[in-house]
Amino acid sequence: MSVVQTSSPLVSPAPAGDTAGRRARVLTRLAGIKLLSSLFVLWGTATVTFVVLAILPGDRATILLNVRSGLTVPRSPAELAPVNREFGFDDSFVTQYLTYFGRLLHGDLGQSYQSGRPVATIIGEQIGPTFVLAFAALLLAWVLTIAWTLLTAGRGPRLRSLGSAGETVTAGLPQYWVGILLLIVFAAQLGWFPVIGGTSPSGTILPVITLAVPLAGFLGQATRTEFDRAIREPFVLSARTRGMGDLEVRWRHVLRHALIPGITLSGWAIGTLLSGAVLVETVFARPGLGAVLVTAVGQKDLAVVSGIVVLVSALYVVINLVVDVVYVAVDPRLRGSL
Amino acid sequence: MNIHLGEPVAGDRVVRVKNLNVSFVGPAGRSHHVVKNVSFDLHRGQCLALVGESGSGKSVTARSILGLSGETAVVEADALELDGESLLGRSDSWWRRIRGSRIGYVLQDALVSLDPLRPVGKEIAEPLRLHRRGTRATREAQVLELLERVGVPSPGLRARQRSGELSGGLRQRALIASAIALDPGIVIADEPTTALDVTVQAQVLDVLKEMLEAGTSVIVISHDLAVVAKLADHILVMQDGQIVESGRAEDVLRRPRHPYTQQLVDAVPSEHTKGTRLSLDGPARTRELFPGTRDHTADDGPLLEAHHVVKSFRGPDKVQRTAVDDVSFRLDRRETLGIVGESGSGKSTLARIALALETPDSGRVEFLGRPWTAAPPREQRAVRRRISVVQQDPLSSFDPRWRVSRILVDAIRLGDPVNAHRAEERALELLGAVRLGEQHLDALPLRMSGGQRQRVAIARAIATDPDVIVLDEAVSALDVSVQAQILDLLADLQDQLGVSYLFISHDLGVIHHVSDRVIVMQDGHAVEQGPADQIFSDPQHPYTQKLLESLPRLEYATLREAVSR
Repeated sequence: MSVVQTSSPLVSPAPAGDTAGRRARVLTRLAGIKLLSSLFVLWGTATVTFVVLAILPGDRATILLNVRSGLTVPRSPAELAPVNREFGFDDSFVTQYLTYFGRLLHGDLGQSYQSGRPVATIIGEQIGPTFVLAFAALLLAWVLTIAWTLLTAGRGPRLRSLGSAGETVTAGLPQYWVGILLLIVFAAQLGWFPVIGGTSPSGTILPVITLAVPLAGFLGQATRTEFDRAIREPFVLSARTRGMGDLEVRWRHVLRHALIPGITLSGWAIGTLLSGAVLVETVFARPGLGAVLVTAVGQKDLAVVSGIVVLVSALYVVINLVVDVVYVAVDPRLRGSL
Repeated sequence: MNIHLGEPVAGDRVVRVKNLNVSFVGPAGRSHHVVKNVSFDLHRGQCLALVGESGSGKSVTARSILGLSGETAVVEADALELDGESLLGRSDSWWRRIRGSRIGYVLQDALVSLDPLRPVGKEIAEPLRLHRRGTRATREAQVLELLERVGVPSPGLRARQRSGELSGGLRQRALIASAIALDPGIVIADEPTTALDVTVQAQVLDVLKEMLEAGTSVIVISHDLAVVAKLADHILVMQDGQIVESGRAEDVLRRPRHPYTQQLVDAVPSEHTKGTRLSLDGPARTRELFPGTRDHTADDGPLLEAHHVVKSFRGPDKVQRTAVDDVSFRLDRRETLGIVGESGSGKSTLARIALALETPDSGRVEFLGRPWTAAPPREQRAVRRRISVVQQDPLSSFDPRWRVSRILVDAIRLGDPVNAHRAEERALELLGAVRLGEQHLDALPLRMSGGQRQRVAIARAIATDPDVIVLDEAVSALDVSVQAQILDLLADLQDQLGVSYLFISHDLGVIHHVSDRVIVMQDGHAVEQGPADQIFSDPQHPYTQKLLESLPRLEYATLREAVSR
């Protein structure tokens, strides 16, 4: 049932101090709930990973021995016994779970089947370049999105259709194709960038572009829709009646509204960037988590694979917490509904 | 049409508009002429009112003075001058210097005219910053001064809040503050009081009046003639982009010459219009809709009765608020009970209780002599078709993908499952009763005008042959002449079908026009209750007295009536 909405239910005529105090308490409580639910998600991921490994067909001790020796042969009980003892494969399901979880809490992700080195160390060595790649790509994608939106959204019909055509095309580009194309044109033919760049800054540019361009297309589509809507809002006309110029109206009033859906997507984007990184690292022969994951999967190094899965999901949870904070900073109206 | 406004004083003219034409170029290259040969002058310290229905070109006319008539607009004029300077063919940067500093514009609907993501203090400081006045610190101080000037209490707190956190009246005043920040000589106010409660409306009108007294020239755009009567020195009446009448406010309102102006003046519901028709529409024919289905003499008891109803809600801040506190009423057959009050007074909660959509915390409600809100859902469903509802915005109560025929057929089947096969035919009859035709059967409500939508909502409400219709702000969002037609239609339906109305509105004029008896609500209490004429002529409760004092009355229209008699 609707009424003439002349006063918002949020209005409280209470004095400022009281409101601020209550708001802080509510915020703290909400943040607490959020944190607890994040911990729950982390626990869930770790548990599922463990269960999947434990019930996977094939004897883990056999796999481990075969991975280490590079053979695929049946193993005798005499061979398996020391391995089972070392890794605790003989223990009851509950004991194994508790041991696994206890180690996890200390940051111990187990040992690689292949090399016997701690998984945490292996990941730690390789995570840096992947991080740099993923976050640089996210940053670049946002820069491209904002520039493209400011340039083409909410303009005349011709610029608008050019803008959204650009987004549709880039959003649909497969990363491996973009990567190879960039490699051929800018590295092999023009020689502007090294073909195998490692983790050097000049070698990072092409991989970052490869990941950022399709993502910018996605973010751009969401941002444009909201931008086109917001620029027709009366508060924009209000700003113009005060003497604000077109560029400033877009930058100061409209863009902030337009960012909101893109921010939601950014949490999801980190996930696709990390998986995209696997591909791109292979194409550009770049060290990183991707290379580790690909090798581990190929070799059935289950300890490393599950370590990466747990780590990536932890990262995902953290990123989404950050996204929630950014969200409220951009749209303060959400403070009450976090 | 040649227009002479008052007695022009040389050198005092701030705006001159001669033969202004504005057209918009549509997507197919078709041009749409929305302002046709409009001419007027605005003098210092004067208030000019542009009156007309939505779509009549008022806002576009006013915006051409700011160079903001729209991206696709083509503006042509013999003269368009501000303080003797031509406004034609100016560059964008020239316009930017004018906007805000020499002309302030208060957009309609402050809720959406202030950026919801920014504190209002920043919005008010924006013109100061854009025109490079003062430093950040002096601007902050100035914002507080401005808020005080427009009568906003505790400006320090308000400046830090966002528009969504302010009430409608505060929001509107904050918007005015941002428009007058640079002391512009001209202020254009577009529907400055629409959707405001009557006491808040009075405060906003006072702010505008003070500005006029201080020598600011004001152009006010409104469809509310009572507001116009309170402010304007001169009135321009617009219809379809043309000025159909213009002159001194008193003359236009007292002796309207053009039929359209006469129609507008007559359409304003008030104490004087009770029992008369507001529009030119003849009576609707609805008598045949439900032949012989009801014997009105059968029961003379009250239809709907509430005894000491109490309802409270827990707000988001966990504070219990009593929305309806110990309210009793009875609604008889063929009667209209008006419930009037400002927003937050509990009117709508009362409406939901009357519809048994809410269960009161204590007290009881009876419908047709039997328990209503306390009845089990099965029993409620059995009689639900005998009470229906029309809301302020019918659009949100229609499934957006349903066409009119489906909306009506759905309701008809609910009311009379036996004759469901006749439903299509019946839908057409209902449309006829609300003065819509066969061509509307396939229309989507989204594409219909506000008045047409409200007619569909009424057709749906009567489809089940109800005894009671709850009208919740049903005419509040409509232009005055459309409102007049809808009010006339409702009166016909009551006459011919014998239906009773529970009529909820914040508009005192409407309530007086329609109601037999009135309940005045404040903060959940029914502060006064009685026959409409008695409440309006001799209010007992101080709150009712205050409401009636705040009500801008169309005294000129009253005079016109006296003259015509």
